[in-house]
Amino acid sequence: MDRRLCEEHIFRGLMYFSVAIVLCSLLAVFAIVVIKGASALDIAMVTQTPQGGYYLGKEGGILNAIIGSVYLSVGAILLATSISLPAAWYLQQFGRASRIAHAIRTLLDIASGIPSLLYGAFIFLIMIMFQARASLLWGIITVGIFIAPLLTRAFDEVMQMVPEKLKEASYSLGATRWETVFRVMTRQAFPGLITAVLVSFGRAIGDAASVLFTAGYTDSIPTSLSDPVATLPLAIFFQLATPFPQVQERAYASGIILLIIVLIISIGSRYLSKRIARYSIK
Amino acid sequence: MSDNEISVKNLNVSIDNREILKRISIEIPKNQITVIIGPSGCGKSTLLRSMNRMIDLVEHVKTEGEIIIDGNNILDPATNLSALRKNVGMIAQAPNPLPMSIYDNVVYGPKIHGMRDPAILDETVELSLKRVGLWDEVHDRLKDPASALSLGQQQRLCLARALAVGPKILLCDETTSALDPISAKHIENELIALKNDYTIIFVTHILRQAKRLADYVVFLYLGEVVECGPAREIFTNPKDPRTKAYLEGVFG
Repeated sequence: MDRRLCEEHIFRGLMYFSVAIVLCSLLAVFAIVVIKGASALDIAMVTQTPQGGYYLGKEGGILNAIIGSVYLSVGAILLATSISLPAAWYLQQFGRASRIAHAIRTLLDIASGIPSLLYGAFIFLIMIMFQARASLLWGIITVGIFIAPLLTRAFDEVMQMVPEKLKEASYSLGATRWETVFRVMTRQAFPGLITAVLVSFGRAIGDAASVLFTAGYTDSIPTSLSDPVATLPLAIFFQLATPFPQVQERAYASGIILLIIVLIISIGSRYLSKRIARYSIK
Repeated sequence: MSDNEISVKNLNVSIDNREILKRISIEIPKNQITVIIGPSGCGKSTLLRSMNRMIDLVEHVKTEGEIIIDGNNILDPATNLSALRKNVGMIAQAPNPLPMSIYDNVVYGPKIHGMRDPAILDETVELSLKRVGLWDEVHDRLKDPASALSLGQQQRLCLARALAVGPKILLCDETTSALDPISAKHIENELIALKNDYTIIFVTHILRQAKRLADYVVFLYLGEVVECGPAREIFTNPKDPRTKAYLEGVFG
């Protein structure tokens, strides 16, 4: 057989194989979580808070952790976005060869690689300084700070992809740098910005380590920012750590709920970004 | 009152210490179409982009000399670029509509320059689109994305968008080169209709187009002005042998 054709076949096979591995691992995680958790999933789980001895296999649900996780991640995303978007705007004013921009981007990349547990430990030290108790607010701050570098770089990358000709169009009409960044680049990049927020949301809602010391844990639903708050990843961790098979099953059921939340957010934001993308220049 | 809109005096432009334009001195006549011709890489676009300081976007660019518009040297670092570009509009080589609706594309400029009154904005949109012959085609879908238009329509939209801020001068950088012949003809006709009210500078390397459009011609070669003058003179009786050679298609 022709050598080039042979090459073509080998590389195509390799690509299919790689895609298959990625998809299969995803499906395997889904399948195991669903198979092990489906039987424990009932309506009480999503409508009730834990009743006495829930973690010992008694009555109740994990509404506390569901609501807690949603509060915490939405708060953290709002905080991180309000820091990251201006930071990403700031980075757009530098030319491609700028050393300052390069230095900032490198620092942000390093910050994105720091394990979330260390962010938690860092904020915990500050909390001790203020003699503060673990609460929703501190959880939001910790998660917000831990996803901000990630989000900034994601925003930055998306906005750097805005075609030069769009910026030129804006400048040639007399727009300033700021007007161009704000009115044209942000708009063109919007679908990508939404995707970046979505990915960070996944990180925020899925992270257990950063909130271990800072957000606390509670069986009740928080009513203020100063209340401690339960989160789904920690709930799963506690449930898996019990010796009771019945409670361990609930951990997988909690996992299903976590997956469903991420799925809803994902589909919702995709729909939103598609609607806005209709104005984007291809 | 002179009949010249722009005076370029001794303009030198270098990028990364490479000389792009050398000692350019030309007068651009008012309310005429001045066509800058010359082979690729001769500095046509650089010259054009100096006139609205878009050249500033290029890194490591150095300009010397003067470009006088309305009595001011616009190369002066203190020049208000926003005001300059309001006065000197530009239409790019390929259509570059902004990522918004047709309506918002046209009002983008006016809004930046402080126009807020919705009635006046509506009127500006209608007038600008009528000027470029696009109104009848799009008036019932102004909220549609600009990217949904055909390329030719997009370029006319870009022209309308440039007109909407009320410039006196229009810079066209091979404005029809990305379009099909019919759309290109459309734009050419509109520019000819516009020259009573605007001073138009059109860069092209297509000789036939230059002959169709030009009232005044500047021939650039290797960063220098070889010859400039009224179109009829340049095209029928070029003085410089290089111009003659270019017009005969020897190079370019």
